[in-house]
Amino acid sequence: MASIFEFANPKRFMNLSGAILPWLAGVCVLSLIAGLYLGFTAPPDYQQGDTVKIMFIHVPAAWVAMMCYGLMAAASLLGLVNRHPLADVAAKTAAPLGATFTALALITGSLWGKPMWGAYWVWDARLTSFLLLLFLYLGYIALWNAIEDETRAARAAAILALVGVVNLPIIEFSVDWWNTLHQGESIIRSGGPLISAVFLWPLGLMALGYTTLFFTLWMIRIRTEIIERRARAFQLGLA
Amino acid sequence: MNPFAALLFRDMRLATRAGGSAALALAFFAAVATLVPLGVGSDPCLLSRIAGGVLWIAAVLAALLSLDRLFQADFEDGSLDIIALSPLSLESMSFAKLFAHWLTTGLPLTLLSPVLGVLFGLPPAGYAPLMLSLAVGTPAVSAIGAIGAALTLSIRRGGLILPFIVFPLLAPAVIFGAGAVLAALDGLSNGAFWLLGAFSLVAVLLAPFAAAAAVRLNLAG
Repeated sequence: MASIFEFANPKRFMNLSGAILPWLAGVCVLSLIAGLYLGFTAPPDYQQGDTVKIMFIHVPAAWVAMMCYGLMAAASLLGLVNRHPLADVAAKTAAPLGATFTALALITGSLWGKPMWGAYWVWDARLTSFLLLLFLYLGYIALWNAIEDETRAARAAAILALVGVVNLPIIEFSVDWWNTLHQGESIIRSGGPLISAVFLWPLGLMALGYTTLFFTLWMIRIRTEIIERRARAFQLGLA
Repeated sequence: MNPFAALLFRDMRLATRAGGSAALALAFFAAVATLVPLGVGSDPCLLSRIAGGVLWIAAVLAALLSLDRLFQADFEDGSLDIIALSPLSLESMSFAKLFAHWLTTGLPLTLLSPVLGVLFGLPPAGYAPLMLSLAVGTPAVSAIGAIGAALTLSIRRGGLILPFIVFPLLAPAVIFGAGAVLAALDGLSNGAFWLLGAFSLVAVLLAPFAAAAAVRLNLAG
């Protein structure tokens, strides 16, 4: 189980992350405030009206949700190949964050879908593949929770994450294919009119805010997990 | 007999004899397919339209529910340790097991599917695509399911977690499989069948390695 050597590297991580964390959180808060302000004061879209502002909280969530799966898979690979305990912790703690951002993207997306498509849910290719992504995250978390032995759970979950990352592009492609088969081109496609600067600035700032929010929360979760393991090892040492 | 064939025949005997899951998987397949008309109504137009999709979903569920004992039973009684000591690599072992699983579930399900197709009033043009798509696609279900079975083999009472972690990965098989049947009914040619074949080949090729890695980590502990 936990030996003192396992924390040799995590110690360096703790020092480094402790120094970075306040700055990261600062950038996050500032860019979220600026992004939200610019987003709410942006003029309504000529077609979508004020509902276009949902984009500022929806699109970055989707970006971060996808980025998180990539990071989780990369951490899983490091944990599996290099047997690095910090990588296992990083992968484990990324999953609930990824699931949350995916759920956030789905919820804001369906709230946007009601005024735009007239329904909270349509079986659009993007929505469907995001729903499957959410289930991938939940399956990963469930597998991790179901296996008691910590290292065994880490390896098993890492294999699942890697199988998922190989399969994700195929799922994406198949859902796209399925959607065109069933509904034709009834779905609003993004990237129609060029996005203007009044929308681009808040979107960029919100993307920065969401990304730094993710990294801030991720770092805090990794730190908490390391401290928890230390406490457990300490208790075992006392007993 | 070489160890691969020995393991293959052993697993097939275990699946087909008393207490085996092959017959139950077939019965489950029929049961799910029977419940659907009870749930959605008996309108012949609707049923003939959804037949391909329903039979595909039923086949996936039947295959998944019979997967949880693929490695677990051998893990619990220690056979898996013995098999791991044999000259057979864990990769070949995983392939033999998933192949045996397909021969005892996927293949019979494929052969039974036209009978259920009749119950759903599947148009004549749909039978060949239905059987072909199931024959080509169910190996992918066994392969990806084997990864899930290997990952969850140490979990007791892990009955529901296996289908849950595996089903998003199987979405392409269901989409292309059911899509191939629908496309044939509509007289369209859209490559669903070939995409399904490609997906199945990749899954069968890569799954033994992932499954073997998962078995290895569970034996190491």
